[in-house]
Amino acid sequence: MSIPVLKFDAVIVGAGGAGLRSAIQLSEAGLKTAVLSKVFPTRSHTVAAQGGVAASLGNSEEDHWHWHMYDTVKGSDWLGDQDAIEFMVRKANECVVELEHYGMPFDRTDNGKIYQRPFGGHMSNFGEKPVRRSCAAADRTGHAMLHAMYQRNVKANTQFFVEWMALDLVRDAEGHVIGVTAMEMETGQVVIFHTRATIFATGGAGRIFYSSTNAFINTGDGLGMAARAGIPLEDMEFWQFHPTGVAGAGVLITEGVRGEGGILRNSSKERFMERYAPNAKDLASRDVVSRAMTTEINEGRGCGVNKDYVLLDITHLDPNTIMKRLPGIREIGLQFAGVDCIKEPLPVVPTCHYQMGGIPTHYSGRVVVPHNGDHNSIVPGFYAAGECACASVHGANRLGTNSLLDLLVFGKSAGDSAVEDLKSGKAHRELPKDAADKSLARIAALDSRKGGANVHETRLAMQRTMQTHAGVFRFGDLLKSGVEKILEVEKAARQLEITDKSMAWNTARTEALEMENLIEVAKATMLSAEARKESRGAHVRDDAPDTPEFPNGRNDQEWLKHTLFNSADNSITYKPVTMQPLTVEPIALKTRSY
Amino acid sequence: MSKRTVQFSIYRYDPDKDEAPYMQDISVDIEPTDRKLLDALTKLKAKDDTLSYRRSCREGVCGSDAMNINGKNALACLTDIDDLKQPIVLRPLPGLPVIRDLIVDMTQFFKQYHSIKPYLINNDPPPERERLQSPEEREELNGLYECILCACCSTACPSFWWNPDKFVGPAGLLAAYRFLADTRDQATSERLDNLEDPYRLFRCHTIMNCVDVCPKGLNPTKAIGKIKDMMVGRAV
Repeated sequence: MSIPVLKFDAVIVGAGGAGLRSAIQLSEAGLKTAVLSKVFPTRSHTVAAQGGVAASLGNSEEDHWHWHMYDTVKGSDWLGDQDAIEFMVRKANECVVELEHYGMPFDRTDNGKIYQRPFGGHMSNFGEKPVRRSCAAADRTGHAMLHAMYQRNVKANTQFFVEWMALDLVRDAEGHVIGVTAMEMETGQVVIFHTRATIFATGGAGRIFYSSTNAFINTGDGLGMAARAGIPLEDMEFWQFHPTGVAGAGVLITEGVRGEGGILRNSSKERFMERYAPNAKDLASRDVVSRAMTTEINEGRGCGVNKDYVLLDITHLDPNTIMKRLPGIREIGLQFAGVDCIKEPLPVVPTCHYQMGGIPTHYSGRVVVPHNGDHNSIVPGFYAAGECACASVHGANRLGTNSLLDLLVFGKSAGDSAVEDLKSGKAHRELPKDAADKSLARIAALDSRKGGANVHETRLAMQRTMQTHAGVFRFGDLLKSGVEKILEVEKAARQLEITDKSMAWNTARTEALEMENLIEVAKATMLSAEARKESRGAHVRDDAPDTPEFPNGRNDQEWLKHTLFNSADNSITYKPVTMQPLTVEPIALKTRSY
Repeated sequence: MSKRTVQFSIYRYDPDKDEAPYMQDISVDIEPTDRKLLDALTKLKAKDDTLSYRRSCREGVCGSDAMNINGKNALACLTDIDDLKQPIVLRPLPGLPVIRDLIVDMTQFFKQYHSIKPYLINNDPPPERERLQSPEEREELNGLYECILCACCSTACPSFWWNPDKFVGPAGLLAAYRFLADTRDQATSERLDNLEDPYRLFRCHTIMNCVDVCPKGLNPTKAIGKIKDMMVGRAV
């Protein structure tokens, strides 16, 4: 079957923060670039980020990138690669200042500089006390950032393909990535984008869980495409549960609320974080706070009729501060909890928020896989950045505000790397005759299948399984049965049926294709989590408890290594963590406490 | 809140099979935890996968799920089900071509947004650090930069309905003033020239539908008034 082929120098899949930042590099370098997005760019989920972007600008007090590096390594529970982390924190100031130059409306200090607020896990002087490092535009930092970057792309004449869904990666016989297949949602038309560089910036997959702060569109499309094309997924057992999602609704309440002075309280109004993190208290790292909250609830100190949430209290703050620094949070409280946070505390629970793992990349943004004994062999033509990628800077637990920094720094470096690699002027590699066959077969199967599984029910089964078997606290036996269950769901997900057969804006088809991506992520998560027999960062299991030999349950002798999950045969391999930074001494292993 | 049944009357049109649009009467059972209209639509979509609408963040920041709800433009994710009279009448945003069901073709809307050069223009070489702006100068951007481009306002505006190709519309003009009000932007006269036209700016007749429907509580009419003041100011 012959389908249209569009030739570009580069294609960027995804127009959230990472995609838009990459696009600026490519467009300003004059490369013919296509940016594909399922949604109009400013609707990408970066828009929902609230609290800020980390950079050691030191606008309100002394700060240093080296302190930021220490905090990030410690936050990662030493699973982050220290070369990538040093690279990121040292680029932070430059990337944030660039955004300001693009027009981003940061809040300001009295002397006109970018306003900065404290955030969880960000400390001065190697872990001493909280520091103001989060650069913020009220509590709408992601919105302000995404719009500023879209606007810069309008200025740079970037070519967008809006409401196009990428379907599969196209690789040739030598394994080079030479483009993607994609579907125009309005018409159902499938097209091949034939390129010399392919950058994935497809975001996360928080929708594998039942309760998530993530948007409907966060379905791990890039991870699904990579997995189907034989690329392993790295560290997928590590998922961040944000401490403060609105109970019931899941909508995010920024950690910036605690940065501005908010306090978590249990049913007896106790500030319980003092017991779990005597130094950082409510501003401890997210995994620590989420576990503390879950423990309070599990031990009967939760609030409400069912004692199933805790309270986030800012009633002691000046209402003017709330209106100025946290206006969006007040709106969210009114809309989704029916609570005015100026007068009453907000009901909150830990909610799935961010995927630390992803497509394995070097800090240059190039995708790397094991090959012939090399753990990090470059896949020519393939780049990834942002939440879909694993550089790895977040390791086992990401610090708040480091995600917006990640997408800026690695979006830019992936773009720069593509520009550099394309300078050589290499021709497009030949497109295999069967380049689109896999995608066309997936769509044909959806359109013709009878007696298959219902998309909505299959998704629900996956989400409930993930929530029950791979949540904030994990249990050896539940992980084992979770593996069986998720492999059952996978069978259903390979046999989906839809009733909508229209070619026009067929959202049933889109959701089925998304489900095929989600299940890749869910499976990688469950199997990687079951296999890791220790506790580290966000992955904490009952059969790896805190002991004198293994403080916090962390076992560095056996498990200081990255997981690589291969979807084709459900196998797992491992690769070492890079402990050597670029220019400074390694941050030595230590027991983590806040 | 309790378990309850919600009655709908929904605009349906699939160009692949329908000769003409029609209104479909349909109901759906919802759970006590379903608070917003989008929650009910999600339940409806599980029942009938052919129902088509845009949605993403479900918290009012992405601007995807704007639609005409009981005659008024709003976001489904910020509209309380229990505040709505039933049957809930859902139609696509008015004034734009319908692609399918509640999905409209937003090309014209974004064309107008792009026409105002929605990006900061400052031709000085960028300094090493951030450009300075006082908190008071920054406050001038409040009520302007928060726009989510949902198009509730422009598609509620009679002037935009009559002249979508010539009148920039409230969303585009709000964005225009966002850059005019920014102390870092240097293109004031170029921006005003770009709007000096019988249609682009001056078709606003302060009907204020835009203010009435904005889900973010913004006031495009006020911004348009300020642009008009700037026009007058420079004519003097």
